[in-house]
Amino acid sequence: MENAKIKALDFNFYYGAHHVLKNVSAEVIANKVTGIIGPSGCGKSTFLRSINRMNDVISDVKVEGKILLDGKNIYDPEMDVVDIRRQVGMVFQKSNPFPKSIFDNVAYGLRINGIKDKYFIQERVEKSLKDAALWGEVKDRLQKNAFELSGGQQQRLCIARTLAVEPEILLMDEPASALDPTATLKIEELIHQLKSKYTIIIVTHNMQQAARISDYTAFFMLGELVEYDLTSMIFTNPSKKITEDYITGRFG
Amino acid sequence: MKKRQLQEILGFNLLRVCMVLVLLTLAFILYDIISKGAGKISWEFLTAMPRNGMKEGGILPAIVGTVLVTVITAILSIPFGMGAAIYLNEYAKDNNLTRLIRMSIRNLSGVPSIVYGLFGVILFVQAMNIGTCVLSAGLTLGLMTLPWTITASEEALKNVPNSFREGALALGATKWQAIRTNVLPYAISGMLTGTILGLSRAAGETAPILFTGAAFYLPFLPRSLFDQFMALPYHLYIMSTQHHAITQVRPIAYGTALVLITAVFAMNLFATILRYRLRKTKME
Repeated sequence: MENAKIKALDFNFYYGAHHVLKNVSAEVIANKVTGIIGPSGCGKSTFLRSINRMNDVISDVKVEGKILLDGKNIYDPEMDVVDIRRQVGMVFQKSNPFPKSIFDNVAYGLRINGIKDKYFIQERVEKSLKDAALWGEVKDRLQKNAFELSGGQQQRLCIARTLAVEPEILLMDEPASALDPTATLKIEELIHQLKSKYTIIIVTHNMQQAARISDYTAFFMLGELVEYDLTSMIFTNPSKKITEDYITGRFG
Repeated sequence: MKKRQLQEILGFNLLRVCMVLVLLTLAFILYDIISKGAGKISWEFLTAMPRNGMKEGGILPAIVGTVLVTVITAILSIPFGMGAAIYLNEYAKDNNLTRLIRMSIRNLSGVPSIVYGLFGVILFVQAMNIGTCVLSAGLTLGLMTLPWTITASEEALKNVPNSFREGALALGATKWQAIRTNVLPYAISGMLTGTILGLSRAAGETAPILFTGAAFYLPFLPRSLFDQFMALPYHLYIMSTQHHAITQVRPIAYGTALVLITAVFAMNLFATILRYRLRKTKME
């Protein structure tokens, strides 16, 4: 496929004796939204967390195969995991603002990366909050604690925080699963706007959401990548019976 | 239905009786010490040297000795205890070795204090040739408080949600950056509280300082860390069991006890206030 930003090559992931991901090979296209669907425990979140090496923090895991980011294997021992995570941002399932002010939340990534210039930080915070469609709602209370925001606002704050360090890729692990329909819609609109600048991979439990927002869809089952194609193909004319059974709600 | 209700009432009242018994015991001890010791407290008692075979005068050297030793204890147990807790909770892999180390630390906190005292004699006084002095006693108490400090600090670190760590790491923070900026600020109040409670227990210990530096009677204040010293708990022990004129010095013993429990209470109160203030400033 053209413009592959990420390539997984025979990627295997073991958690203890449990073989979580089995020979996953896939290419993720730049500036598109790729949705990952599949039943609980199919390995979709593990695959997502493999792309920014967040699984490194768990002990007793083993990895085989490669994940290439712009042609470079992120599991190469010479790769700096901190650099990878700056390039590959992540938004978690449960919004996790830090117990700091709204401003400090967004500025956090800049500050830990050694940026001290106050004006630069201010500008970037404002830009990130605007990009995350949150600026209008918080511009008068940037010094308030982030916990005062609603659930949907907190999740958009986490997106703004991720955007502030200017990653190239956005990983989203069921970012709207804990939100009400209105807040979910806002997040979906936001994803749609963001894809011109970022390559987005989103794990979702919600089939309609995957159909609405993703250009490509990958279907995982029992640790294997069963089918991966244009979203329009997966949802209208899946090549495998099991994919059709899943998306029509016969199991899962 | 009737039987269950009866059980409920019975069980509830049994627990209530237990609590009242504990409180009554505590109240009785406090009443006894305060009623018999308060009359002895005066400016002179707190600031004068003992006189006339410790039958008169004050307890200044014991107060100074206890403060000095507690400071040494803190210097040892705060950095090492917090450091070990950070290592165990944040860096060490969760394997059998780590579990063994953690279990050993838990067990060490149950070792009788006299054992620490004898260990201090062997290690600090004899092997390291520091002699019986403030430093040896402080180091011995420091060793004794380490397991408490480590355990309390680790609990405080465990209470910080994992999402704070992951969120920071996902933004490109190094592990230490994540810990320093996004874990420690929310754990530090709990870590300090646990440590201060440990110190307040150490300040009241007699056995570990008995052989490592505490003196029966000294007519002077320690001039360096290598001098022997008098300490409140040891002084209390002598005044209540070892003195030749035991009935005559009983008020001094009660006065000393009152000063000691007041000091311990003050430290615990300080820990509570510190926790409250840190939590308020960090979480708002």
